[in-house]
Amino acid sequence: MAVMTYIEAIARGMWEEMERDPTVFMIGEDIGAYGGAFKATKGFQKRFGSARVIDSPLSEAAIIGAATGAALVGMRPIAEMQFADFVTCGFNQLVTNAAKIHYRWHLPVPLVVRLPTGGYIHGGPYHSASTEAWFFHVPGLKIAAPSNPYDAKGMMKSAVRDNNPVLFYEFKYLYRRVKGEVPEEDYTVPLGKGEIRRSGDDLAVITYGSTVHLALEAAEDLARDGVQTRVVDLRTLAPLDEELILETVRATGKVLVLHEANTTGGVGGEIAALIAERAFRDLDAPVRRLGALDVPVPFAPSLEEAVLPDKERIVATLRELNAY
Amino acid sequence: MHFARLPDTNVGTTTTLRTAARRRDGLSDTDRLKLYYYMRLTRACDDAILRLYKQGKIVGGAYTGRGNEATAVGSAFALDAHDYLLPMHRDLGAHLVKGQTLRNIFLQQLGRKDSLTRGRDGTGHYADPPLRIYGNVSHLAAMIPVAVGVALAASLRKENAVVMTYIGDGGSNVGEFHEGVNMAAVMNLPFILIIENNQYAYSTPVERQFAAEKLSDRAAGYGIPGVTIDGTDVELVHDTCRTAVRRARKGEGPTVIETLTMRLHGHSASDDASYVPAEILSEWSEKDPVGQFARRLQQEGVLNDAKEEEMERGITRAIEEAVDVALANPFPPPEEASEGVYAP
Repeated sequence: MAVMTYIEAIARGMWEEMERDPTVFMIGEDIGAYGGAFKATKGFQKRFGSARVIDSPLSEAAIIGAATGAALVGMRPIAEMQFADFVTCGFNQLVTNAAKIHYRWHLPVPLVVRLPTGGYIHGGPYHSASTEAWFFHVPGLKIAAPSNPYDAKGMMKSAVRDNNPVLFYEFKYLYRRVKGEVPEEDYTVPLGKGEIRRSGDDLAVITYGSTVHLALEAAEDLARDGVQTRVVDLRTLAPLDEELILETVRATGKVLVLHEANTTGGVGGEIAALIAERAFRDLDAPVRRLGALDVPVPFAPSLEEAVLPDKERIVATLRELNAY
Repeated sequence: MHFARLPDTNVGTTTTLRTAARRRDGLSDTDRLKLYYYMRLTRACDDAILRLYKQGKIVGGAYTGRGNEATAVGSAFALDAHDYLLPMHRDLGAHLVKGQTLRNIFLQQLGRKDSLTRGRDGTGHYADPPLRIYGNVSHLAAMIPVAVGVALAASLRKENAVVMTYIGDGGSNVGEFHEGVNMAAVMNLPFILIIENNQYAYSTPVERQFAAEKLSDRAAGYGIPGVTIDGTDVELVHDTCRTAVRRARKGEGPTVIETLTMRLHGHSASDDASYVPAEILSEWSEKDPVGQFARRLQQEGVLNDAKEEEMERGITRAIEEAVDVALANPFPPPEEASEGVYAP
């Protein structure tokens, strides 16, 4: 078992799938000779050639559209958005074409779109956005959001093998900050299954991606006061692991839904609604939501820290919930 | 007026040049009769669709292609069976040439259970992988990058296949047109884009859509060849497309072909097109693609009244049969509505 960073695990997953299946290819900006803005595809073009690791023009709509077209006729493209923010330029291709093709035509669209996402990196309003909620609303898209290297490799392999368009959110903050053991052999982590990262029956945090780590730190703080917090890592947003969410409510009765994305209209609101509809009687307190303030992610560190969720705010919210 | 200038000057010159080429490298009379048959079939299908619309049997709107038959038929006739076709909503003729059955066409128009989309989408918005037809969506130009991706896949797999897709004068102004054609050019893909300039994008005339003299001039900006031709002359369209297909198959890259046509009715059956000046319509009606080709074939002794009547009878019977089959087919059961969002 090798110890890898989160980004190395993503690269490893793609590398193994490229070796395993000749229909897998990559397309994106600066991914070939340069190896990608974050170096996730470093060495790929040398190993797999420029026909399978394609440096594209700066054209997000054409990247996603061409990947969709290739997938439609049997290829398995991995398309890279340099930053998740830029997926706005390819929004139409995802929502109008990729998402609707199977429902209309009964044809698979085995497409992966990689989206380096999120803040905590001082990237400013155009390099820090969390865009997953827009696509969460669209039937036909799958949304992966791994929080650690093991899942990153296993979920990447599942995403490549999936017959649907998968938006693969990679948390930039985690790229080189999180390390973990990653098996060298072939394994997959299924899409649609969450995981309990920390046990606890007093209350629970349901989250995904970068904020899994903040939630675990916050749970440590509460544990010092004897309060045991369950931390649920959803891992995939679509399909959502509804059973794990409802079971968590039954087990703890008090839930904080946490994400880095803006609070209003976020995935957290849907989870809260799901709980209200199907687990109301198991609740001992109103469901709480914690996300970014409803503003763009600002540039200056002092402002960015004020906007994105941090450990202190999570601890404070959990204490309020515990006291309810 | 912008649209009046196009048929007189541009086409005049181009047509003269291209007609000479056709005589050197022409189609057999059998193929010319096939072209004529498909144009008549296309028009008869469109007329049947409009009749069904008036009878209240069509689901939603009716989008037909009167005036565009030569472009749709002539272009698709240049393709082989293993080539890919990504047509637009005025290209029923291209579907038919590529091998689509009348039964499937009318099942789609009527939103029935056994239609290719099982009632999930209408008109030409279907895919038929064995025929290598992948239909359009309502967002104009959104399929251009998809067509580029199909060409990329064909190229990666060394299929020696060509991808032909279409856009209109209106749709050519959508951003994805630029991204798609540029990418096809950069990657030197086997990709052919037909721009059907039929003078109006819904109610908006071409002078409110673009300021360029010709839409094919845009090709120069992508470093690929572009040509503007008379889109009402089926043999000219076919000849031009065949040249583009040969280029693409030899690995010489994409071509843009602007075909000048006229939409001889409204945008859809609910649009009376009263915004189109009557003299423009009558001028273009004289160039009606079907009548124009019939006269040429008659003059050259390839077609006579007896053949014409026989063709007419066959087409009428085939359409009646297909419409009957489609009308007898039920709508899909409502419990199917929630199925199939995701592939297994």
